Amino acid sequence: MEQKPFSRGLLSSEADSQRTLYPYVTGTSVVALKYKDGILMAADMGGSYGSTLRYKTVERMKSIGKHSLLGASGELSDFQEILRYLDELILYDNMWDDGNSLGPKEVHSYLTRVMYNRRNKFNPLWNSLVLGGVKNGQKYLGMVSMIGVNFEDDHVATGFGNHLARPILREEWHENLSFEDGVKLLEKCMRVLLYRDRSAVNKLQIAKITDEGVTVSQPYSLKTFWGFSAFSNPTAGAEGSW
Amino acid sequence: MFRNQYDTDVTTWSPAGRLFQVEYAMEAVKQGSAAIGLRSKTHVILACVNKASSELSSHQKKIFKVDDHIGVAIAGLTADGRVLSRYMRNECINYNFTYESPLPVGRLVVQLADKAQVCTQRSWKRPYGVGLLVAGLDESGAHLYYNCPSGNYFEYQAFAIGSRSQAAKTYLERRFENFMGSSREDLIKDALISVRETLQGEKLKSSICTVAVVGVGEAFHILDQETVQQLIDSFELVREDEPPAPEAGDAVADQSEASAPVAEEGAAPMDI
Repeated sequence: MEQKPFSRGLLSSEADSQRTLYPYVTGTSVVALKYKDGILMAADMGGSYGSTLRYKTVERMKSIGKHSLLGASGELSDFQEILRYLDELILYDNMWDDGNSLGPKEVHSYLTRVMYNRRNKFNPLWNSLVLGGVKNGQKYLGMVSMIGVNFEDDHVATGFGNHLARPILREEWHENLSFEDGVKLLEKCMRVLLYRDRSAVNKLQIAKITDEGVTVSQPYSLKTFWGFSAFSNPTAGAEGSW
Repeated sequence: MFRNQYDTDVTTWSPAGRLFQVEYAMEAVKQGSAAIGLRSKTHVILACVNKASSELSSHQKKIFKVDDHIGVAIAGLTADGRVLSRYMRNECINYNFTYESPLPVGRLVVQLADKAQVCTQRSWKRPYGVGLLVAGLDESGAHLYYNCPSGNYFEYQAFAIGSRSQAAKTYLERRFENFMGSSREDLIKDALISVRETLQGEKLKSSICTVAVVGVGEAFHILDQETVQQLIDSFELVREDEPPAPEAGDAVADQSEASAPVAEEGAAPMDI
């Protein structure tokens, strides 16, 4: 197909075929909260190709530098691109070899600038990012959306998590949760998402970041219950003729 | 230094491995009026002597605020100093916009040094003729750096640059070991005494001296004239009496040391 040079007008700075118009392989919700020693973050390992649950071992949370943890939902290839940007950023930060290092607040600000700039060029990175970390005892948890909206909070969630997990967190989150309570709360949110979000898969990881560093758990599954009486004879109320 | 056949160009080496133009630029720093810096664990003080070209004119601005946590005092070609301050302010603002966090002073100093180095390696440029004392705070505490026209930078506990700075340096060398633990007030007092050392017989007053402070929980700011005059009064008074006045409890040791230069000052009453 021919690209007429002036027909693009003001909508983009590159040929249309190189802009992100819609996402292809996507990750679903990420949920995170602050607890006593740092941040806990949970995400499942699914990569959907439209409505097909195609990839089932996708790591959607990665550690950034010494102090931060990044979780992403949305287009997975854009997430990988963001990881490359951050890799370079952390590399240059380390190359200074002085007593300073980029903390979670700085990484969050940087990501906000990147996301907003791409949005302005009509070529967004199609992700909702969750950035959590601890530096010098200070806990930090923030979110950036694909249009550059950013904020900090005690608990955040992306995608469906916003609708299903955050109400639970608003009710049950409190300051200085213990590690066990934090994990229980996250699992409660992830279980609801597993039941109700079509693109969720039952294989998740929970990551924690404290002053000591990042630990990402091994993948595991949540116990679910399907033994409701209504499921035992599904066609019971459906007989009839018309 | 004498004129020789290798000093015309900054890009010409001498057989002894020297770049004379760069060294001449460092001479320009020595001709400027004095600037002094000293730091403790939590504070950095900059002080400078204000020189006005005539009684009718105002004095040149030698201390610049670069950001809330960084300030700089210059000696030498003040125009070059102004331009470099603008560069530093720009770098701080850009970093703050992207990272919402203050630019670590150690990194700013390296950027400044790299900028100065470029001018020592281009035939169409000349080195900056200004020395900068950069005072700032970052994660690892309070820092004082000296940036040289040669593109070198050094970190100091205390330093003085400009004309008659050797007298200040001598005083600072005697006292610097105490600086890390000094209080803010003691540091300012030491800074004012150092400035006094560089004055030849002129009486130390706030109209000829500018003092700036940056510290943990204290943004960089230049002290106003009245405050400086009050501080000068509070320590000069004590200096003239033999018994130590009840100014600050730990200032007793200070007095005996300060009284030594008193005798020398009184002996050379040349008015400039």
